[in-house]
Amino acid sequence: MEFANAFALLANFVIVPAIAYGAQLALGALGVTIIFGILRFANFAHGELMSFGTMVAILATWFLQAQGIGIAPLPTALLALPVGVLGAVAVAVLTDRYVFRFYRRRRANPIVFAIVSVGVMFVLAGVIRIVIGPDDQSFADGARFLVTYRDSKAAMGIDQGIAVKQTQVITVMVTLVVVALLFWFLRRTRWGKAMRAYSDDEDLALLSGIDPERVVLIAWTIAAALAAIAGTLYGLDKTYKPFIFLQILLPIFAATILGGIGQPVGAVLGGFIVAFSEVTVTYAFKRFLAYLGPEGWAPDGLVQLLSTDYKFAVSFVILVAVLLVRPTGIIRGKVI
Amino acid sequence: MKRVLPLLCAAVFATAAHAQEPVKIGMLQGFTGPTESLVKPMALGGEMAIKEVSDSGVFLGGRTVVPVRGDSTCIDAAAATAAADRLVTSEGVQGINGATCSGATTAVLNNVVRPNGIVMISPSATSPALSTIEDDGYFFRTAPSDARQGQIIGEILVAKGIKTAALTYTNNDYGKGLADSIQAAYEAKGGKITAVAAHEDGKADYSAEVATLASAGGEVLIVAGYLDQGGKGMIQAALDTGAFERFVLPDGMVGEALTDHFGKALDGSIGTNPGTDSPGASMLAKLAGGKGFKGDDPYVPECYDASALLLLAMQSAGSTDSAVYKDHVVKVANAPGEKIYPGELKKGLEILAKGGDIDYVGGTALELIEPGESAGSFRETVVENGKWKTVAYH
Repeated sequence: MEFANAFALLANFVIVPAIAYGAQLALGALGVTIIFGILRFANFAHGELMSFGTMVAILATWFLQAQGIGIAPLPTALLALPVGVLGAVAVAVLTDRYVFRFYRRRRANPIVFAIVSVGVMFVLAGVIRIVIGPDDQSFADGARFLVTYRDSKAAMGIDQGIAVKQTQVITVMVTLVVVALLFWFLRRTRWGKAMRAYSDDEDLALLSGIDPERVVLIAWTIAAALAAIAGTLYGLDKTYKPFIFLQILLPIFAATILGGIGQPVGAVLGGFIVAFSEVTVTYAFKRFLAYLGPEGWAPDGLVQLLSTDYKFAVSFVILVAVLLVRPTGIIRGKVI
Repeated sequence: MKRVLPLLCAAVFATAAHAQEPVKIGMLQGFTGPTESLVKPMALGGEMAIKEVSDSGVFLGGRTVVPVRGDSTCIDAAAATAAADRLVTSEGVQGINGATCSGATTAVLNNVVRPNGIVMISPSATSPALSTIEDDGYFFRTAPSDARQGQIIGEILVAKGIKTAALTYTNNDYGKGLADSIQAAYEAKGGKITAVAAHEDGKADYSAEVATLASAGGEVLIVAGYLDQGGKGMIQAALDTGAFERFVLPDGMVGEALTDHFGKALDGSIGTNPGTDSPGASMLAKLAGGKGFKGDDPYVPECYDASALLLLAMQSAGSTDSAVYKDHVVKVANAPGEKIYPGELKKGLEILAKGGDIDYVGGTALELIEPGESAGSFRETVVENGKWKTVAYH
């Protein structure tokens, strides 16, 4: 029985990565949920919006690096992040102005909006591949680790260490700040309240004199800013590759629906639940159990529920289960 | 009678006249399809060897040789069979250099080579399945089977005293085949593969795959993948979490880009990739200079060697009949005998004409093993101070 080793092992391979991943999903799901709350459609272009914001941030990072400007040991990308946010907001506002507004004026069906957003997704994906190309881009600099595996192993004096990457800590910190700011905005400010009113009942909000175009503009701005932040943090922590933003759309939608569509708190909750499910379901608990069991004993198999090949299936299963059992999500939200 | 004599003479000498016609060699390569960029220099390399023999003036008493191209595609077995059939029945080739891909090669072997009894040497079909296929002795290849690298990695691991290893492979035919052969070879020598996990290329995060392998443990992680794809991601995640510190890297992972990215973190890792310290490769590169292709492009040396081997075997047998010279292919390729490098085919032909023995080395340090395929030369490298360092050739 070696609890310390078992805990360190689990922390290193499950808890720490899942918290960082959960924070990234939560930011993405917040953006999707806000667009759904205000504009009432599932924005499939959100993944590419993340990708676009990240791309702009990367280009700005490269520029800063070339100029020799940095904030070591923090990654330069943090300094470039506002530029990425601006880029994503610009694209979101422009697509709304020239694409979505057209359908809004016609009072188009939500399903039409969703299909239009798929079109926007493909156009954005094309633009991104023209500008930065389909390849991997690594733009993380600064110190890689806050605590390395070896240091923590030596410090704790046990067999297993816990590696904590700087980017994981930054991800969690930035997420906390952004989510706190967002909730403050939605609950305390005039326009935040206007947005919630608009989301609750569009007609009543219009009657009370809320400018719908302004609300929509703010919603896009917030969603795009969240997208750029989420994408850049994801890219910093893992790697930037245009293709993965199509894949990450699935866990993000699963998180949004699980939490309750249009519910910001639900989006954050959903993000973490999906992340922890994905990681624990595909984790092989063999060595963890070996530490907990009697000395010299180890399970024969890997004690793994699902092969890692099926990681994305976890999101699918959550999605289907939620839609069947509790279509409103954990926190009662809208139903698609 | 005066009229009949010339006719008789003509009839008698017809066979002799026929003998002075050029010998035709089929260049059955995937000129269109997925391998088209690969094949262009390959075919030129193969044809360079044919021209060298033809120009030597000593091939089978001064006969010339011409190549005849046929398109085997890479994925269309029916098209490959039709092209091979045309080469054999209507062009009348006496040997085939081809086909490019394993699937096309298998189809041609079954449908054309065996029924017609014609020798075929493939420069680039590497599927392990071709080692066990029934070929009546007519099929050879100058490229090693993918299984060969697995054996070499197994030998290296055992020689280094590594008793357990975790294994990950890129989820495609190459990765799976290589992983299977590594596992089989290593476990046959007493090693233990603790866990096998596939990884998909093009993902951002491989920590889940690494976590699985880490749970199973192992002294090293064998990464049968690509250095600019998932293989790199697996190494990154393994280093980040401290799961593995040493890696074994087959050919798809050996490259400067990997050491440039990870630097000294990879120190102690072992790499294997096709390579030879034989001077043949650089001689071929020099020979190809100014001819519109590079002699060291992938599979160009193999293709040159395939053509050379066909013609040297004919010379050794003194016949262009496949049924006769098929038994001479291994003889000219292997020791004993005078070593023959690229550009020295004339010397080889002369030695054979005098009844001597040659050991064709060619551009790939060719050594044919049972059942008529290249043993393959592999380079073993170790990362030291963030740089690849060659330590041995296998």
